[in-house]
Amino acid sequence: MTIAQPEALTFDCETGNYHTFCPISCVAWLYQKIEDSFFLVIGTKTCGYFLQNAMGVMIFAEPRYAMAELEEGDISAQLNDYDELKRLCLQIKRDRNPSVIVWIGTCTTEIIKMDLEGLAPKLEGEIGIPIVVARANGLDYAFTQGEDTVLAAMATRCPDKAPVAETEKNERNAISKLLNFGKKKEEVVKEESEYVDHPPLVLFGSLPDPVVTQLTLELKKQGIKVSGWLPAKRFTELPTLEEGYYVAGVNPFLSRTATTLMRRRKCKLIGAPFPIGLDGTRAWIEKICSVFGITPKGLDEREAQIWEGLEEYVKLIRGKSVFFMGDNLLEVSLARFLVRCGMTVHEIGIPYMDKRYQAAELALLEKTCQEMGAPMPKIVEKPDNYNQVQRIYELKPDLVITGMAHANPLEARGINTKWSVEFTFAQIHGFTNARDILELVTRPLRRNNNLKDLGWDKLVKEEAKI
Amino acid sequence: MKLAYWMYAGPAHIGTLRIASSFKNVHAIMHAPLGDDYFNVMRSMLERERNFTPVTTSVVDRNVLARGSQEKVVDNITRKDAEERPDLIVLTPTCTSSILQEDLHNFVERAQLEAKGDVMLADVNHYRFNELQAADRTLQQIVQYYIEKARKKGELPEGKTEKPSVNIIGSSTLGFHNQHDCTELKRLMADLGIEVNTVIPDGASVHQLKKMPRAWFNLVPYRELGLMAARYLEEQFGTPYVDITPMGVVETARCIRKIQQVINAQGANVDYEEYINEQTLYVSQAAWFSRSIDCQNLTGKKAVVFGDNTHAAAMTKILAREMGIHVVWAGTYCKYDADWFREQVSEYCDEVLITEDHGAIGDAIARVEPSAIFGTQMERHVGKRLDIPCGVIAAPIHIQNFPIGYKPFMGYEGTNQIADLVYNSFTLGMEDHLLEIFGGHDTKEVITKGISADSDLAWAKDAQAELNKIPGFVRGKVKRNTEKFARERNVSVITVEVMYAAKESVGA
Repeated sequence: MTIAQPEALTFDCETGNYHTFCPISCVAWLYQKIEDSFFLVIGTKTCGYFLQNAMGVMIFAEPRYAMAELEEGDISAQLNDYDELKRLCLQIKRDRNPSVIVWIGTCTTEIIKMDLEGLAPKLEGEIGIPIVVARANGLDYAFTQGEDTVLAAMATRCPDKAPVAETEKNERNAISKLLNFGKKKEEVVKEESEYVDHPPLVLFGSLPDPVVTQLTLELKKQGIKVSGWLPAKRFTELPTLEEGYYVAGVNPFLSRTATTLMRRRKCKLIGAPFPIGLDGTRAWIEKICSVFGITPKGLDEREAQIWEGLEEYVKLIRGKSVFFMGDNLLEVSLARFLVRCGMTVHEIGIPYMDKRYQAAELALLEKTCQEMGAPMPKIVEKPDNYNQVQRIYELKPDLVITGMAHANPLEARGINTKWSVEFTFAQIHGFTNARDILELVTRPLRRNNNLKDLGWDKLVKEEAKI
Repeated sequence: MKLAYWMYAGPAHIGTLRIASSFKNVHAIMHAPLGDDYFNVMRSMLERERNFTPVTTSVVDRNVLARGSQEKVVDNITRKDAEERPDLIVLTPTCTSSILQEDLHNFVERAQLEAKGDVMLADVNHYRFNELQAADRTLQQIVQYYIEKARKKGELPEGKTEKPSVNIIGSSTLGFHNQHDCTELKRLMADLGIEVNTVIPDGASVHQLKKMPRAWFNLVPYRELGLMAARYLEEQFGTPYVDITPMGVVETARCIRKIQQVINAQGANVDYEEYINEQTLYVSQAAWFSRSIDCQNLTGKKAVVFGDNTHAAAMTKILAREMGIHVVWAGTYCKYDADWFREQVSEYCDEVLITEDHGAIGDAIARVEPSAIFGTQMERHVGKRLDIPCGVIAAPIHIQNFPIGYKPFMGYEGTNQIADLVYNSFTLGMEDHLLEIFGGHDTKEVITKGISADSDLAWAKDAQAELNKIPGFVRGKVKRNTEKFARERNVSVITVEVMYAAKESVGA
């Protein structure tokens, strides 16, 4: 008997009562990515307490971020915002001398309507350091969307003319400089010819440097040159964005950045699935190739070879089911990859679903489900954690991908969980890192395989239902 | 505005949530933007809690900003009331939502009409109070609420219990070793023949609160949490309270003597002197430890202490009075209660430091170069950087400070645990010393002890090598003294000769 399955993805929207990180957490990875930056979070003790606890040991490593902690005088406007910010920014300039100060606006600055965008240019002129304003607050955004607001603000700071002088070009383009290092001019010309002649391509999304290198080389194999990356390692190395440049996103939560690049910088967005998982990476490369009229080569063998290496992981999850509670917007891409690995997805909870920016990813998910004969998952935007937990009790999934607030309580009730935030910090992009995704996904299953004979599945007493 | 990236005490709502989630079947609803429910993560991770943390958020988003919460908060309260049937729902504002100045009192009243359980608004100013003050206030508020409710219904029990009995007030979730302390205190009360009437807030039901007046006295072991509730009960029912923290041998004895005095005044006839004597001399190992030759080696060693009022004050007294250790400075981040701290520790240390600035603490540690630090996780990290061992004695704390094994800080078993903590911190330093004398470690390159100060003096290669041979925990002092010596004599390059000259001259 076949159960009637929905033929297309279904979308639902709940109450938005869910647990996620505050978007200001993006400073944790962005200050490390952009080496000459300083992030100033303008908020209250609550913000500071969150950052301090969420970032654990990083806090002790003298991070290049700080709180501008608002006091009662700031709230009641007894103190002048401009003077206060100027005092703190001068202190930062003196102690750290960054190339850019990023102001992170918070819920409080929104509510008291502190005009950060208005104050920044004025102060910037006065202290001589660029000030970028990103409103990464919990009123409007969830977790990884914080990066989106920062990158959207950075996009407006990218130079709009390719520099002419050769020396300057070397400085701007760190990767080509690295690749050309020590080579004579003729060799450089030869090197250039390895690339197909295509319009400049700039990628956006913050990734650890090794992953940047991996993805850049992956495209190089197809003859595609990455002209720049938003963000670069340093603020002073932001890529040039001229009208007509092509851009492609590497992460599913960058819809504002994409919009800014299209509308304000007049770039052309390549809408592709995201390079997460083997299938995603392949589809991402193929889409970029197709836009530039290139026939991709060698992908079949490469993909097949890696799948083979992953078999020991895949066999652990094949036929198992997974439930995404939703908190970091990577959910659709991860679900798609796991379906390809043979899993069934009950529900994809997600904080916010941009159907346009994620269109190609959603199409690939649908196609993957059809090809694998898996039921179409329900995508639940702004989920309600309480309702989700009830659904989890009913569905009894083999794995729940969730935040830390729910992980231990679910484990105590005999439900396997994987802490979702790890996907944000682990290296999960490109062919090379597909293994890392599966390493994360299978860890609870492998652990519980080791313990399965102990009979310690449920460690809470049945609660009396009133 | 102030520039900060580390705080010792959290924001006010954390205190309120700690109280709410300590009680059984009490639910807190935060009026807060998305992402402010980080408390749930902390409770779930640090305490490895098996149950869902009873805290949800009534999310403040753009719509709320534009139109006000309207029905949202009320709906969320009544929904939670129906879903989980809590005895009490505490509506908790945050720094952000308190600026909105919505009439939360009104929401509470409206929700109360529909809800089966009780509904209450946590009444705390988020810009004036920190986590600890808010916790103290919320606990008092809940106690008062249920006492008044029982009084109105005529359900307040008459008179005291037959035998001497106590309410232990202040043990809460995310408190430093609170659960172990609580077990130890109950054990101590059993030894003293005192019945435990209630323990609040941890694990208590709000229905027990009306029983509180039946106790002969209240015991408030932590300075930060419970005093307001105890004072309220004293004012309402004349119940005396004992607020001597039974931490360390001397203080535990003092606490027990105070209990004796308080219950004898109410007609009991107890004499605990023999119990104290027996415990001190033969049962607890701490008194014997201070007498043993191990502890002799600690005599005059330098230590610094930093933490909350309760733990920093108790540790300072233990180190100075019970172990003969030289406490160079003792400090607290409880600025709002600084006078109490000063009064407690002044005679046991050279200097008292009151600050919330971790940078100032770091510098003060670098300046005095103690052999061991007793502080929070922040001081532990300073210690790591300066190569000084650190025993963690107070929050803020990490997951390793929520041990599974039994590790109270209070009572007689607590004195044993503290003796271990102190001794292990110092011996680690000594071991390090011995290893380095016998060349067991690589000679280290890093020689600056200060957090910031870079020296402008050059060290000749041989002098540098010589300096590296000096054991880690005194190396900084030698370096500093040698440099001072060199500077005074306008020597620009420090050679081995200069080093020895300095040593001969200033004992570097």
